[in-house]
Amino acid sequence: MLIKTKNSWDLTENDVTSESSYLSRRDFVKAAGIATVGGAASILSPELAFAEPALSAKSNPYDGRDLRGEQTVIEAVRGYNNFYEFGMNKDDPARNAHTLKPEPWSVVVDGHCENKGKYALEDLIDFNNLEERIYRMRCVEAWSMVIPWVGVPLSSIIEKLSPTSDAKYIYFETLVDVEQMPGQRRGIIKWPYREGLRMDEAMNPLTIMAVGLYGEKLANQNGAPLRLVVPWKYGFKGIKSIVKISFVENEPNSSWMRLAANEYGFYANVNPNVSHPRWSQAKERRIGDFSRRPTLMFNGYGEQVSHLYEGMDLRRFY
Amino acid sequence: MLRKFIRPLLHIACAAPAIWLIYQNWLWLNFLPHELTANPIEYNTDFTGDWTIRFLLITLTVTPLAKLTKWRLLKYRRALGLYAFLYGLLHFLNYMVLDYFFDWALIIEDIFKRPAITFGMLAFTLLIPLAVTSFKFMVKKLGKNWQKLHRAIYVITICAVIHNYMMVKADVLIPVIHAMILTSLLGYRVYLNYNKRKIRLKKQTA
Ligand code: HEM
Repeated sequence: MLIKTKNSWDLTENDVTSESSYLSRRDFVKAAGIATVGGAASILSPELAFAEPALSAKSNPYDGRDLRGEQTVIEAVRGYNNFYEFGMNKDDPARNAHTLKPEPWSVVVDGHCENKGKYALEDLIDFNNLEERIYRMRCVEAWSMVIPWVGVPLSSIIEKLSPTSDAKYIYFETLVDVEQMPGQRRGIIKWPYREGLRMDEAMNPLTIMAVGLYGEKLANQNGAPLRLVVPWKYGFKGIKSIVKISFVENEPNSSWMRLAANEYGFYANVNPNVSHPRWSQAKERRIGDFSRRPTLMFNGYGEQVSHLYEGMDLRRFY
Repeated sequence: MLRKFIRPLLHIACAAPAIWLIYQNWLWLNFLPHELTANPIEYNTDFTGDWTIRFLLITLTVTPLAKLTKWRLLKYRRALGLYAFLYGLLHFLNYMVLDYFFDWALIIEDIFKRPAITFGMLAFTLLIPLAVTSFKFMVKKLGKNWQKLHRAIYVITICAVIHNYMMVKADVLIPVIHAMILTSLLGYRVYLNYNKRKIRLKKQTA
């Protein structure tokens, strides 16, 4: 098992609690009635998820431990995805993403930074310093999940790359390869999928580059081997299977802005008060729940991020 | 001989998707493994919406097909139209009950503020009088007016295709296919009418 978790709660909670919370999740799987391919036994064993409890005691104030009881079952996290590179239906990625080869993987870094180049995944991500972050994930389509990501703060990667003062935004691209991503045969989107963040958003401690979830490496359909997670923004900002990082001066045009600029903005902050033109964003359905629940401003992360948008009209900068 | 089985077979084929969907929902609500993905309500919406529009288009295909092939199909047209209504009803009930659970504030906002939903609602509302008057005794009772009333199917299907097109997030392929089918079905009728008029005009001038 390659992933170490090193959260404060992993130190304080013993194996027994870990296992019992795992069991309760298994019961929940049954309760949610989600069809499983390999059966419930294949989910994960407690040894896998919690085999190497934190060795380092560095506390992680963003671990999201309060959400632990709300975690979405892994079958849903792996079986219900928007990843058009592998098909348009929610269950297509799980079926089709086996063609992706996440190993070996490299990422090209360019633009306004000192350490440009082509990086092997291992040189970009410090696998000895992974953190677990249990985050809400709110899709722009008004459904949501709670996902225990494993990754590193994006800021730790950015620091390594030393952007210059001209770098006002960070820009990402997904792999383009029709052999590995058969959905790219159709031009639903002008491939590659593109996303970006303002530099201060990228440096916010909540923003992570994830390489795993539920204590395991990312499944292909979740964006293996590395993807962005920005929990206060709609899920489409979380670009998957990243092959390029650029530091740029001007606001990048994201894929969804190109597709429908009047519906999807650059910021895409979760905001119950600003509706999508075709549906309300006031409520969401948590996967596994029957009824909708109110959507939280900044997806519940206002305390950590609202200062980034002070003085901005969030209706205009949606 | 075989003719006798056509109608029951037709009903089985038309009802099969609904029966399957209801069975899958029953599984879901009983916490059993099902095929409705992790978000069954959204699955219901798409599934029922797709079948509603398919049945609307199939219903509109009956007349041209009967004319072109000389098959005697018109007697099945009402049943097919009723299935369009049935799937539309499931689509609407799923939206009202499962999706929004009578959250009137949100529903009313949706219907009046979001054109995509407005078109869907328009299509569904107009389908109701057609469904109600689709029984044999109503056909007799309404006489010529029945024909006139049921011409609303054109408006309904146009609204439905617009709704379908507007609801889509990125991939417009399916609604564009629906629109193309609808255009040819309407085009065929325009062509027939035009021909009829020409023949009539010829007779008058002759
Ligand atoms: C005859 C009437 C209607 C037809 C033919 C129809 C058809 C459709 C179709 C084909 C879709 C797309 C499904 C897909 O993407 O696979 C759809 C989506 C949808 N329809 Fe309708 N519809 C009708 C009426 C209504 C009504 C009355 C409402 C609500 C008041 C409604 C609400 C919705 C919603 C919310 C979606 C969105 C699904 C999504 O976001 O993915 N529809 N409809």
